Amino acid sequence: MKCQKCTKAATMHITEVLPGDRFEELHLCEDCAQKVLFEVPKPLKSGSVSGEESDEFTPAKSACSSCGIKFVEFRNSGRLGCPNDYTEFRDELLPLLENIHGEIRHAGKTPRRSPKARAANGELLQLRKQLQVAVTREAYEEAARIRDRIRQLETS
Amino acid sequence: MNPDNLVQTTGEWLRATGPESDVVVSTRIRLARNHAAYPFTNRASPHQKAEIEAIVREKVAQVDSDRPLHFINISKLGQLDRQFLVERQLISRELANAEGPRAVVVDDREAVSIMVNEEDHLRLQVMRSGLALDEAWQDIDSVDDRIEQVFDYAFSDEFGYLTACPTNVGTGMRASVMLHLPALVLTKQIEKVFRALQKINLVVRGLYGEGSRASGDFYQISNQVTLGKSESAALTEIREVNRQIIEYERQARTLIIKETRQAIQDRVARALGTLQSATMMTSEETMELLSSVRLGVNVGLVTGLPITLVNELFLHTQPAHLQKLMGTQLDGEERNAARARYLRTRLKEAGPNPN
Ligand SMILES: [Zn+2]
Repeated sequence: MKCQKCTKAATMHITEVLPGDRFEELHLCEDCAQKVLFEVPKPLKSGSVSGEESDEFTPAKSACSSCGIKFVEFRNSGRLGCPNDYTEFRDELLPLLENIHGEIRHAGKTPRRSPKARAANGELLQLRKQLQVAVTREAYEEAARIRDRIRQLETS
Repeated sequence: MNPDNLVQTTGEWLRATGPESDVVVSTRIRLARNHAAYPFTNRASPHQKAEIEAIVREKVAQVDSDRPLHFINISKLGQLDRQFLVERQLISRELANAEGPRAVVVDDREAVSIMVNEEDHLRLQVMRSGLALDEAWQDIDSVDDRIEQVFDYAFSDEFGYLTACPTNVGTGMRASVMLHLPALVLTKQIEKVFRALQKINLVVRGLYGEGSRASGDFYQISNQVTLGKSESAALTEIREVNRQIIEYERQARTLIIKETRQAIQDRVARALGTLQSATMMTSEETMELLSSVRLGVNVGLVTGLPITLVNELFLHTQPAHLQKLMGTQLDGEERNAARARYLRTRLKEAGPNPN
């Protein structure tokens, strides 16, 4: 049997439980099955089960620039990596949030401090990541430069 | 602060002084908060977690508070002390068993606690006796305001307070009410009540039970939705549901007293008798018997036994508390003997009588 989403052999057979006691059988290759299992639940579009490699899977490309997490990793663990992920993976998260909360926009308390005043936080998050990378690479001069910049931002 | 200082007492929230405390044990509100300039705990390096911990120790634990705040370094505590804090509901099991730098900040009445480096950088918690959602919210709202001055919260206008798990994003608020529902359990109406709750998106959880089964007839009801619903809307919803359940439980208590008085009387008297005389007692049996006694006190079938003491016995007979009270590590058998001895002694002091 061939995979329903590409031309490889189907080795995974998945039964999806749909609302109203209906079931859907999927026959997929290992790779496509992984994608389906960690895909954000959404209504099946007609025509998505074609032989074409479709772009509706979350591609592996997207890793958060601040913490390095990939969306697939989030799907596996259920935990995001950093506050920036809500921006980075916004499109992927929206259907998930809708599913969990039935709403997609905050209604409630807002910090008294202006968020604009803390615009430096995004940069700090990135710098901390760079610092870690520099230290692992043993690039100590660069690490020192990054650390100075962090101090500067923290005290401003 | 050393956890040993807490052993002889209970937090104020357990003293049954609050509203509706014949049915409601306590109200708890928790807020999930994260620092905007650090990765979430699961992706933070030990060094970064230590930095978060330092901010808390040097700044958060120093904010103005009605009562002094104490900083407890969890990673320096032994297994018994960590379990002790779990039993007191000051920290979660997850935080107790986690690795790396982590801490809890607590005031000496145990009304406020702040877990550090749990799933989120901060988990603020306020506990109150009885049904006191408004008061608990006012407390935690003001603690939150003060912490915000020294800790940059990760917040977006669109998604609210940003959390490691999207199930908490938005308000980051989980409000929980702990109820004692022995009469609804006895009359087998409890399932029906909970099925109705699931329809309105509230979560029910048994208390102290390790698995899914509630032990001692304690149940905790919490809100589930945190995005798109304001704190006050969520609190109103949970308040109304609790009012209803309290009403059902009281009706069930009246009913069993009216229709099966002798059977209930017997049940309560046997429970009390066993607690006063047994020489071996497991944790589960203790919960079950104390639950009957608590019901007996609340419907007037037992006199001379304050509810505060009954609540305290629930806590003090938990494994870690028992060992701290005895001042020594005990294995399972030894614990059962020590538990029975402790119960006999405390009940003798109080001298309750079945009516
Ligand atoms: Zn990230």
